[in-house]
Amino acid sequence: MSETIVFLIAGPIALGSALFIIMSKNAVHSALWLILNLMALAVLFVDLDAQFLGVVQFIIYAGAIMVLFLFVIMLLGVTREELLGEAIPIQRVVSGILGVALAGTLVWILLNAYDESAFGSLAGANSAGNVQGLGRLLFSKYIFPFEVTSILLIVAAIGAMILARGRTEEESASEVERHSGEDVRL
Amino acid sequence: MSYYWQYGTLGALTAVGGAFVVIAFLGNRLMRPRKPRVEKATTYECGMDPVGEGWSNTHIRYYLFAFLFVIFDVESVFLFPWAVQLEKLRPQGTVLVEMIVFIGILAIGLLYAWKKKVLEWVK
Amino acid sequence: MPFVAPHIAWHGIAPELALVGGALVALLIDAVKPAVDRRFLAGLSLATIGLAAWFTFDLRDTRAVIMQGTLAVDGVALFGRLILLITAAMTILISYHYLSRRRIHRGEYYPLLLLATSGMTLLAASNDLLLSFLAIETLSLALYVMVGFARRDEKSQEGALKYFLLGAFSSAFLLYGIALTYGATGSTQLSVISKQAAVASVDERLMFVAVAMIAVGFAFKVAAVPFHMWSPDAYQGAPTSVTGFMAAGTKAAAFIGFFRVFLVAFGALQWDWRPVLWIVAVATMAVGSLLAIAQTDVKRMLAYSSIAHAGYVLIGLVAANRDGVSAALFYLLIYAVMVLGAFAAVIVSAPGGSERLSLAEWGGIGRRYPVFGGAMTLFLLALAGLPPTSGFTGKFLLFAAAIKAHENALVVAATITSVVAAFFYVRLIVLIWLQDPPPDDGHPGIGPTPALITSLGIAAAATIVFGVWPQSLIDLARNAISHGFVG
Repeated sequence: MSETIVFLIAGPIALGSALFIIMSKNAVHSALWLILNLMALAVLFVDLDAQFLGVVQFIIYAGAIMVLFLFVIMLLGVTREELLGEAIPIQRVVSGILGVALAGTLVWILLNAYDESAFGSLAGANSAGNVQGLGRLLFSKYIFPFEVTSILLIVAAIGAMILARGRTEEESASEVERHSGEDVRL
Repeated sequence: MSYYWQYGTLGALTAVGGAFVVIAFLGNRLMRPRKPRVEKATTYECGMDPVGEGWSNTHIRYYLFAFLFVIFDVESVFLFPWAVQLEKLRPQGTVLVEMIVFIGILAIGLLYAWKKKVLEWVK
Repeated sequence: MPFVAPHIAWHGIAPELALVGGALVALLIDAVKPAVDRRFLAGLSLATIGLAAWFTFDLRDTRAVIMQGTLAVDGVALFGRLILLITAAMTILISYHYLSRRRIHRGEYYPLLLLATSGMTLLAASNDLLLSFLAIETLSLALYVMVGFARRDEKSQEGALKYFLLGAFSSAFLLYGIALTYGATGSTQLSVISKQAAVASVDERLMFVAVAMIAVGFAFKVAAVPFHMWSPDAYQGAPTSVTGFMAAGTKAAAFIGFFRVFLVAFGALQWDWRPVLWIVAVATMAVGSLLAIAQTDVKRMLAYSSIAHAGYVLIGLVAANRDGVSAALFYLLIYAVMVLGAFAAVIVSAPGGSERLSLAEWGGIGRRYPVFGGAMTLFLLALAGLPPTSGFTGKFLLFAAAIKAHENALVVAATITSVVAAFFYVRLIVLIWLQDPPPDDGHPGIGPTPALITSLGIAAAATIVFGVWPQSLIDLARNAISHGFVG
């Protein structure tokens, strides 16, 4: 009962805020709506017994990643209204139709496929506690994907540093410049 | 769900916090005198009028720090399930090494950033 | 839930450990000593790849599912590693002088290349959808950065951005498909999904959507129509050596992952996905071949040609038999070699940083530099699939596999598009040989270096040898799949 009430509150908030993300003209407003959206999703995760995921959603998405989003928006400037124009005339109409078709198919199938027994609760997995159960799985069965995650993260870190970093003065003066100075324009 | 009451404290705190803001502003509004004038509605009642827009572009160096923050945030999230279970998992050495490898690989990324002077504030 | 201590099969992941270890060492060296000679980093990377190849060779008789069911060690995984390691080694050979000439020779190039390669080999061997996703992301993130490596070149930045945006978009599809698969079957492990998918209680509609979403994710990575839009811009903008790496490596890794997921996990549903992939294969071959005709830029033309080739490899998946898998493995290897050869030729085509990118600049180049013109001609013939090159053998094997699976209409479509595609390859060959060379003054010559000559030589030799005496490689590809997929 209580989870239905929470769902009925958080679900519409998630949907409504998602609509506002794409309808806001101002990118910063979109980002703020996105925070609300992510928070509503976090509540839904908790509602589904995935407490750790809910908290992670808060910390990583609503916290860290939104900071990144806002920095990028501020980096690019928020008053770029020319970006809202359409390159191909009927793009918006076509993508709208296809998007609604895709969403409609998914909703229809998920509604029909919903089966209480197949989508059981996490009661079994959570028997020793949600975080504890996760820890056991993560460090036994999924240890290899877990370690690969660290490789993924370091690739992301190197990539961001390469693409975003300006060259320092020492570097410009050093040997490196011969290799990685102004690259020749083709 | 049976243990929703555990969130009761959080809910109560949210409710009290919200009520505090509403009551404070409402009380303020009820008790203060209201004599609106055009000049009072401007941003600065005295001094220079603002020129241009309030937005300004940030430097990309903020982005790098935010990005590194995300990466180490993700790492710290993985530390939680590890930390609560370390004592119960056997053999402990394996589980310890698993996390050391994970952190070690990311530490190399940090070392790289440090040596490449990414962590220094570029003026 | 009892905790079972994980069993780490070190020998099974040794190739990846070597690649990641080598990458981290190269990264540290570059960080501590930024002025390090790039030759050292390139040599270190080649040694790492050699070590990984040796570890791979060591696994030749092993067949197992290791790392708690997430990684497969079987013939297909090993053949995949072979293709990808060869690709990485040749990419380093063609990169070295190219990056120096364009003055974008940053030390991070080598760690990124090795990490991307490790992502690719993991994708080829992954037996779990979660690991597949992580591997795809690892290789993609590294490649987004490598495409945008020329930071002052707008085209490079544009290509990187488009690749990144569409790649991230496709990853979302893939991830959603994985989530739905897990919802329907309760597992992400391929063999478990396969068992569950055959059970009547699993919801078919849910599986359809899941399979469709995962297909979209893989189709983006292999650049199959209609998910090919990113590839011409990314291929054109990327530094040429990276373009070669993407065309050879990403395609091979994504295809082997595609084959493994669809034939192992979704094998029971093949009557549902085969007709769809049939259409995708025909559309991919047709669009790639037709649009390539209109291109005036060599790299862009090769990009569309690579789309068309994705269509040919899809034939092997639509055939969905062992011949299809072995033919696709054979094709991916010879395609990797010939396309890297073609991009090596593009790099050689001019000294300095500016290659001959417009087709017109290739006019008469064969008359002035017969050996160079001959090499490029050979790669173009192979890409067109004409005898006596390996391209012909590869197409022949794929078509034979399709006929065995009674997909005759598909073979007819593939033959027609091959003829169309032959047009633009032959047009370039005609340009190279039959046009008068431009007057000598002021025109750039060609810029061969020992490393580039080596890679051109290897590629040319392989293209001829596997065209004339293909049997040993065919046997190797057949042996790789003779016991099926493990798991």
